[in-house]
Amino acid sequence: MSARETILKAITANKPTLVDLPAIDLAEVIQYNDLLQQYKTVLQSIGGGTVELQDLTSLKEELQTKKANGNFVVNRIPALGEVEESIAHLTATDLAAVETAYLEGTIAVAENGAIWLYESQMGNRLLPFICQHLVIVIEKKNIVPTMHHAYQQIESDKEGFGVFIAGPSKTADIEQSLVIGAHGARSLIVYII
Amino acid sequence: MSTSKLSHADAAEQFIKDEPRTNWHDETLWFVRQKRDKAAHGLPEWEQLREWASQIKDHTLSNLDNYLLEFERNANTNGVTIHWATDGADHNRIIFDIIQKNNIQKIVKSKSMLTEECGLNEFLHAKGIETVDTDLGERIVQLRHEAPSHIVLPAIHLKKQDVSDTFHEHLHTEKGNNDPQYLTEAARQHLREKFIESELAITGVNFAIAETGGFVVCTNEGNADMGAHAAKIHIACMGFEKMIPKAEHLSVFLRLLARSATGQPITTYSSHFHKPREGQEMHIVIVDNGRSRQLGRADFRNSLKCIRCAACFNTCPVYRRSGGHSYHTAVAGPIGSILNPNIDMRANADLPFASTLCGSCSNVCPVKIDIHDQLWKWRQVLVSEGFVDTTKKVGLKGMAFVLARPGLYRFAGKAGRAMMRMFPWLLNNKLNPWYKQREMPAPPKESFRDWYIKNKQQ
Ligand code: SF4
Repeated sequence: MSARETILKAITANKPTLVDLPAIDLAEVIQYNDLLQQYKTVLQSIGGGTVELQDLTSLKEELQTKKANGNFVVNRIPALGEVEESIAHLTATDLAAVETAYLEGTIAVAENGAIWLYESQMGNRLLPFICQHLVIVIEKKNIVPTMHHAYQQIESDKEGFGVFIAGPSKTADIEQSLVIGAHGARSLIVYII
Repeated sequence: MSTSKLSHADAAEQFIKDEPRTNWHDETLWFVRQKRDKAAHGLPEWEQLREWASQIKDHTLSNLDNYLLEFERNANTNGVTIHWATDGADHNRIIFDIIQKNNIQKIVKSKSMLTEECGLNEFLHAKGIETVDTDLGERIVQLRHEAPSHIVLPAIHLKKQDVSDTFHEHLHTEKGNNDPQYLTEAARQHLREKFIESELAITGVNFAIAETGGFVVCTNEGNADMGAHAAKIHIACMGFEKMIPKAEHLSVFLRLLARSATGQPITTYSSHFHKPREGQEMHIVIVDNGRSRQLGRADFRNSLKCIRCAACFNTCPVYRRSGGHSYHTAVAGPIGSILNPNIDMRANADLPFASTLCGSCSNVCPVKIDIHDQLWKWRQVLVSEGFVDTTKKVGLKGMAFVLARPGLYRFAGKAGRAMMRMFPWLLNNKLNPWYKQREMPAPPKESFRDWYIKNKQQ
């Protein structure tokens, strides 16, 4: 008998009688009066920063200045100018040199500061993790209260990969001292328009 | 890995010899427990969430075979290869085969307690293959040839100086520089190199979704992603109890996991893997290693609901004062003391006794496992199966005898109180194991029962 059959047989023989799934009632779940304020407060508490913008003009200028100064920046937001497609084929060594990546987020979650990104928004799965600094733009109308609401709106299996990102990479493995910038991005700034 | 072969009590005795360090360990973990409380109190629906999580897991376990088949079907459609391993040896062999077939030299691993459970590192090491653990805490203990002492905070038993000395030796950092920021930066540079050159990445799985055939991995550092997205092969290893029915159920578990573990509202990265990227190979190894047996034990199957948040560790008065290594198993703490006797009853018979049965673990558990009840039940199984040494057995038998006879209990209590008052040295000596590391309390003048009867009448 293969390992697969052995395991499945044992499970079938040993599993308890079928019990029902619970119904998850969103009326039981926390409400926030001001989603934007809640989002900003939580993100700051976990090491990220927020900036509210009327439009993307100033961000566009920042990006262009960085480029002009010779910084390796990657833009994945059409509204900020030309989108880099070539990064799909860059190696890890190439991408490790990215100073800042500009990405668009799908949904932001007020209860925990997380933002959902599809693979297509990253252009390369490694980009949001390996860049030194991460900038994400989200729309105010796409801030939802909790994770339950987020999963109602995203299709987590629509693409090969997707991620919730909440703040910059961090660790507290040395005597519980919080250090920002473990392996991944050293900073996360979220622009909210 | 130098896993101690001492019993829990003996290993704990070693640990608490350094009293300031024991106190520091205790306080550090209590601090994490308090962060958990704050996060839990921030959600009015916390108890409801625990109830949902518990019920979703109960349902999943009651239909596990079908969910695993659904998961396999969907993962295959997504281009992922599924492997099945009945035990740790099987798991290691499957991974070794993939390594050999592809002639792999450079392997990075992101924290996976399952690979610890299966002894993967030692197994590969014996074959001449080195893996690099990439979670900072895991890397620290790996360089020190130690096992992790905690499932979420692997190096929680170490102080800054210990890390500084280790990094000075292996990464040539400045001697005596204990700044966590500086040390983390050194590890960042060292590990980024490993990620970039890695050919194969091994990760764990936090949740596997039957409906989509995908899996979720949660980290704060981003190490699982750095490894998996850079390497040309990604192997994810999971115990089969990681299954959940649908993607929407992730909301319940992701809300509970990090809050219970460290008090964060969510881990920094919650990565949803479904298909290998272009040109990449993705494998999932589904491991039993005794889990199907535990599923069949009605008293203990609840332990398979565990999502490995370690809240029960951080709150446990025994864990906090005895250190993770005293449990001599990959998963320590209260839940480890339930899971490990299932894997090896003889070797781990001491663990269910490493608890005060105070119930704090059950109170914090996000999936409502009746941890302290199960520990108590294990004690009975272990005694009746003859896996408990005679001193403990005689003590317990004597206690059961007395407890079953109220008259005798009252007499023994009276006699005991009188004895403690008149001959304190009878108890406060080395022959009484309970006196070790403890001050005996001053005996009360009367029993609670006598006090109650007197005061009730007033
Ligand atoms: S038993 Fe409960 S509290 Fe302990 S690690 Fe598992 S889920 Fe967390």
